[in-house]
Amino acid sequence: MSPLEIISAVLLAIGSFLVLSGAIGLLRFPDVYSRMHAAGITDTLGAVAILLGLMFLAGWTLVLAKLIMILLFLLLTGPTASHTLGKAAWKSGLQPLTDGREPAGDSGKGAE
Amino acid sequence: MKHTASVTLVLTAIWLANSGHYTALLLGFGVVSIALVVWIGHRMDVVDHESQPLHLTGKLPGYYLWLLKNIIASNIDVVRRAWVGPSAISPQFETVPADQKTDIGRVIYANSINLTPGTLSVEVGEDTILVHSLTREGMVSLKSGEMNRRVCGLEE
Repeated sequence: MSPLEIISAVLLAIGSFLVLSGAIGLLRFPDVYSRMHAAGITDTLGAVAILLGLMFLAGWTLVLAKLIMILLFLLLTGPTASHTLGKAAWKSGLQPLTDGREPAGDSGKGAE
Repeated sequence: MKHTASVTLVLTAIWLANSGHYTALLLGFGVVSIALVVWIGHRMDVVDHESQPLHLTGKLPGYYLWLLKNIIASNIDVVRRAWVGPSAISPQFETVPADQKTDIGRVIYANSINLTPGTLSVEVGEDTILVHSLTREGMVSLKSGEMNRRVCGLEE
């Protein structure tokens, strides 16, 4: 294996581990909002590590440019999508579970 | 004018990188499609300082670097909590101040909160953002206001 392939393999392994961790958090956390944080791992560093790993395999080709574009679009649209999802959950009246010390939220449709 | 030039340049780069076929016919199609998109963009009145924030270009790389460092740190934290399980989290739900003067400043701030795992912006107000945080520590560090300050710094 060439050094580039080794770097790529390490990055892909890290990325896979992060995506797996995201999935495990998604299954284990209690409510929509906390589950979205787990999905955030997959969204950000998981995707970055896997795409970087693929970039090292691609070399200086057009594929590299496309992978960079995928990464940029993912990082630009991801937060907007998760904001929309969170806002939709909040607007439909879903109260987040908090650790009990503070009343949940102070605006929106929640119980006062 | 500079916003039109910028959007044309970006579209050209995207078209060239996605095409891979550089014959006269296809390049011609590319020129026509880019011109069409720029024209439609103008008709929709979206080619401006908000879609092409050129005035931020100089300051963004430094901010992105700082944000990347934060994203990596909070990823590691959330990964650890995902494996430990629900006992490791202490969800918080509060409004935090957003002192940005412009819409794009608030958007950058809210998106930065979202990009960092462990904090999620649920609703953006005039000068506040409603945030859900996975942990008490996450909310405390967000309220300390460093990210808020740095995004404000971009606007100046």
